[in-house]
Amino acid sequence: MMEKENNQPVIRADKLSKSFNKLQVLKELSVDFNEGDRIALIGQNGAGKTTLIRCILGQYVYDGQLSVLGKDPRNQRVDILKEVGFVPQIPPPLKITVKELLKFFADLSTVPVEEYVDIAEKLGLQIKDSYNKPFVALSGGMKQKLLVSFALGKKPTVLLMDEPSANLDPAAREIFFDYLSKYNKEALLVLSSHRMTEIAGLVNRVVEMDFGRIVLDKILEPVENANI
Amino acid sequence: MVKGFKSILVLDLNQSLRSKGFWVYSILFGGFVAFMFVSGITETQIIGFVGLGRLMVTFMQVCMVIIPIYVLITVVRSIVGDKESNVMEYMLSLPISFSDFFWGKFVAKFIVIYIPLFVSLLGAVLWGTFTHLDIPWDMFALYSFLLAAMVFCFLGIGMYISVYARSQEMAVSTAFVLWLLLVAFIDLLLMGMLLKFRISPSLVIGLGMLNPLQVFRVGVLVLFDPKLTVMGPAAYFVLDTVNRLAFIVFSVLYPTLLGFLFGWLGNRRFNRKDII
Repeated sequence: MMEKENNQPVIRADKLSKSFNKLQVLKELSVDFNEGDRIALIGQNGAGKTTLIRCILGQYVYDGQLSVLGKDPRNQRVDILKEVGFVPQIPPPLKITVKELLKFFADLSTVPVEEYVDIAEKLGLQIKDSYNKPFVALSGGMKQKLLVSFALGKKPTVLLMDEPSANLDPAAREIFFDYLSKYNKEALLVLSSHRMTEIAGLVNRVVEMDFGRIVLDKILEPVENANI
Repeated sequence: MVKGFKSILVLDLNQSLRSKGFWVYSILFGGFVAFMFVSGITETQIIGFVGLGRLMVTFMQVCMVIIPIYVLITVVRSIVGDKESNVMEYMLSLPISFSDFFWGKFVAKFIVIYIPLFVSLLGAVLWGTFTHLDIPWDMFALYSFLLAAMVFCFLGIGMYISVYARSQEMAVSTAFVLWLLLVAFIDLLLMGMLLKFRISPSLVIGLGMLNPLQVFRVGVLVLFDPKLTVMGPAAYFVLDTVNRLAFIVFSVLYPTLLGFLFGWLGNRRFNRKDII
């Protein structure tokens, strides 16, 4: 696990701004995400959720300050991403087979293939039946389960998920949420979603974004979760 | 560092091997060589070229027409296509540096484009050996290097365009315009400029030598008699003026360095800007 200074937030944004041409998508956003936080990052389309996640992943150049695990996401991207698991909203259309993709992840992360297979099977994906299928040919739900397995398999300190359950059927969603609820309590979990009701049971903090700003940041008591 | 590069290289190779385009391209060039043998091209003699040499020159002339535009059209969609299809968002959420991603794709595309060409040329040599033709080893060596240099050159230019382009359509259009310009500035336009504007021949030929297509064209003919009319005015002038060996070195080094320069500039931009 990556070392960070004591009492430092896992992610700290200080007056973080991001513009595309003349459109400002993040407006001097300041927020801390801490160890053990299970955050529902909610907001309408265009609120800036995905942009914030991409800044954290070091994919965008931005103004202001941003640190992840005490490091700069642009200049120390690779070090940070060793500790980050990410599930995108839209799975990439990769033509390689599931077997090749598993090997790709195993080589990159030093986590053995079996570990990913184990998680995928726990999520209800009979992965061995699909070994020789191109990833792009899998159903939306199967792709999502596989990507979740890759994200969880390396046991990340930070787990970022952008609409992770969008392609899952109700049964798979239930298994997925159950798995997440048992995941390392010290890890930071950020779930971006349009639908708070869906992830309410999983989270202990709600951060709502609107037009590039945080309009609500609330710590939830266990009883509250069900009522959001 | 090496791990990310290797992972992207293998991933991109696997992706390409699963694409129909790669197999069509490979079969097209291999089939073209086979067709030339079947059609008896090695038995014909036109303006001094005969046997396997005749076949190789024809192969290289076809490559000169097809390969640059093929490389450009294929490669310019690479980075911008990954942006549009969300492949890049995902791949670059993994611990892979931007440079490893860029150069991993670069090298994978070089292998995928160059190997079928080299295998076709090698196949011609092997078949020539089998059928007891004289093997022009000097041509085989030069053409292998020339093809590698040309692929590398247009690969670098293609990757550079791909990093800058905002959409695949824009990238393909840019590539097409560039290719038209390069084709237009082979011999014909150069000679037009020479006559119309009465510019110094050295300046016109110097401009021609900046064009990698022109360099490739002259390079293909460098082993032949410079008085051959088939060469065109620029090739005739260059080979009549410049030392042969120096031109051979130039024709391989210049496109390679140009490709590397554009690749380097593309990677620099890729590292400094938003990647999606």
